[in-house]
Amino acid sequence: MHIHKYEKIWLAFGIGCLFVFLTVLGVSAFAKGNQPPSCLTTIDPEKVDQTPPFNKLGLVKTGDNKYQLNMVASAFSYTPSQIEIPKGAKVTINITTKDVIHGFEVAGTNINMMVEPGFVNSFTKTFDQTGEYTILCNEYCGAGHHMMTARIKVVDKQWLKQ
Amino acid sequence: MAETVKVDRRDAKLALAYIYVAFIALGLGGLAGLLQTLVRSGKFTLPANISYYTILTTHGVLLGLVLTTFFIIGFQFAAISRTAGTFSSRARFFGWVGFWLMTIGTAVTAFFILTGQASVLYTFYAPLQAHPGFYIGLTLVVVGSWISGFSMFTHYARWKKAHPGEVGPLLSFMAVVNMVLWLVCSLGVAATVLIQLLPWSLGLVDRVNVLVSRTLFWYFGHPLVYFWLLPAYMIWYAIIPKIIGGKIFSDSLARLSFILFLLFSIPVGFHHQLMEPGIDPFWKYVQVVLTFMVVIPSLMTAFSMFATFEMYGRSQGAVGLFGWLRKLPWGDARFFAPFVGMVFFIPAGAGGLVNASHQLDQVVHNTIWVTGHFHLTLATTVVLTFFGGAYWLIPHLSGRMMTKAMNRLAIIQTIVWAVGMCFMSGAMHFAGLLGAPRRSAFSTYANSPQALEWIPYQIVQAVGGTILFIGIILVLVIVTNLAFFAPKGETEFPVAEVAEQAERTPLAFENWKLWIGITVVLILLAYTIPFIDMIQNAPPGSKGYKLW
Repeated sequence: MHIHKYEKIWLAFGIGCLFVFLTVLGVSAFAKGNQPPSCLTTIDPEKVDQTPPFNKLGLVKTGDNKYQLNMVASAFSYTPSQIEIPKGAKVTINITTKDVIHGFEVAGTNINMMVEPGFVNSFTKTFDQTGEYTILCNEYCGAGHHMMTARIKVVDKQWLKQ
Repeated sequence: MAETVKVDRRDAKLALAYIYVAFIALGLGGLAGLLQTLVRSGKFTLPANISYYTILTTHGVLLGLVLTTFFIIGFQFAAISRTAGTFSSRARFFGWVGFWLMTIGTAVTAFFILTGQASVLYTFYAPLQAHPGFYIGLTLVVVGSWISGFSMFTHYARWKKAHPGEVGPLLSFMAVVNMVLWLVCSLGVAATVLIQLLPWSLGLVDRVNVLVSRTLFWYFGHPLVYFWLLPAYMIWYAIIPKIIGGKIFSDSLARLSFILFLLFSIPVGFHHQLMEPGIDPFWKYVQVVLTFMVVIPSLMTAFSMFATFEMYGRSQGAVGLFGWLRKLPWGDARFFAPFVGMVFFIPAGAGGLVNASHQLDQVVHNTIWVTGHFHLTLATTVVLTFFGGAYWLIPHLSGRMMTKAMNRLAIIQTIVWAVGMCFMSGAMHFAGLLGAPRRSAFSTYANSPQALEWIPYQIVQAVGGTILFIGIILVLVIVTNLAFFAPKGETEFPVAEVAEQAERTPLAFENWKLWIGITVVLILLAYTIPFIDMIQNAPPGSKGYKLW
């Protein structure tokens, strides 16, 4: 099939760009570990409270400057709803739901996870700047969907309590 | 070229029936959209305890499923009848069966949505559980569309039998590709509704596998957008050249791009599930790569369109690099509306690449950025092209003519739409980057300073939404005029011819076994292993919830 010379140039340029994009994405994902949240752990949604790590909600210290933040979503709230995180902490957020699907989003960051019944989802983030972040639900879950919210405060002090 | 080739009157009646339902859906769904933008501005509350989410479900179902599917099937019946001859009475009868099934299904679905028994959005995510009638209504819509599709297939096969060794007419070929795409992808939504959601909502089974249901939905949900887009491409490739007085740049390339869409638009549903647990990131990346492949036929289409425009302009004596632009028929709404749609497809496509990119999607997933994105692709590019198509299709079918005044109104309508969409979609994109969620009623999130920053953008969205609603009123005025009140006369159904220098089209494009075979192989490659994983490692299923 004949293809016009200009079209060949146009397509070569376009397809070339495409492969550059895909290489950037692939290297970032597989070589640098920037994968989207894709936790494969399952959980019984009716026994969330008894199942680790959700038997200990909130911020849990796991190492030098390393923390777990264990949270549970349910219609229409997050538990816990007020979280303080020391500046510079590397936090692995674990989240699950007791009922329907929710969307865990820390507004203005790249923390954005689907929360589905039966699954744990997880994402690790270092909080480098002090300030306040709004957590909201970005997947429709019912009449009170837009009321679901929580707050993270990143504070500039040594975390003393366990 | 003296005679006007007319669509048979009986076929015209069938096509018009579909198109009327489409425009009724546009009016009602558009009203729902207006109310949504007003609610989200924070300055307005819905009367009589109507829920925002009822309105939202209505808007999504009426515009995303009803307007599109009905217009597309009506347009394709007309296009096949025009290019492959009048339908047999048997095939036409099945076209009517499809129409009534789809219409009854729509009415049933609408009843359960409007009575507040199905506020589960048009993506109907389990474990939110709607009334069984909602799922039954949607099943009728899908089954009706299949019957219409088979009516088109049999008609095309009859043409091929009567014309051995010839390539099928371009528009008919494209319509058949689009219906094959629709059939293959809607198997996914049919599977989740019939095997999972319907028995579960009837109480025959207690629990549903949520991740499997979502995966089957998105196996359908992304090709759905190409099912919307391809009829717009039919108008661009095969009709616009005739309207401006030019020729089709290349018949073969047009067919090749349609085949590429068939191959690459289905095995890509995971890019809607990039943030989900339970799917290995390797398979997400595989589908991201396949998603990006549809860029190739899109670039081919862009080239063809502008090559057609430039060749025509130069044949009219245009000089200089961009002189041909001035030769285009800017005063003809049949050209102007689709052209504006094409221009909007440039930012729309770029935004789509952002959404499909792993890491960038983490910032915009489920924010109102995504809503802004598909209001460019579907609600501008596709819809403006359909409007431009309606301006000759409806009078052709109704035996009337568009007056100069209506043409002028259609030009104004296009401008109103473009301006309204710049406001609304633009504000949605910016607010989304700041984190404002989609599918959410007005909220300040306990007076969060971040959420307060989004309010000005939401007011701009309401301004844009209001302008767009004026655009909907204008288009309904034009369409009603063309269907019932315009002066009687003959309107051409424009079908372009291929440029002389283009080569003969190879018959390989009609090797359906080959193309459908490759499509199936790609789907199996992309889905088999992750799907087996989902079933083998399934968590306990979910009971139904009704939380609205």
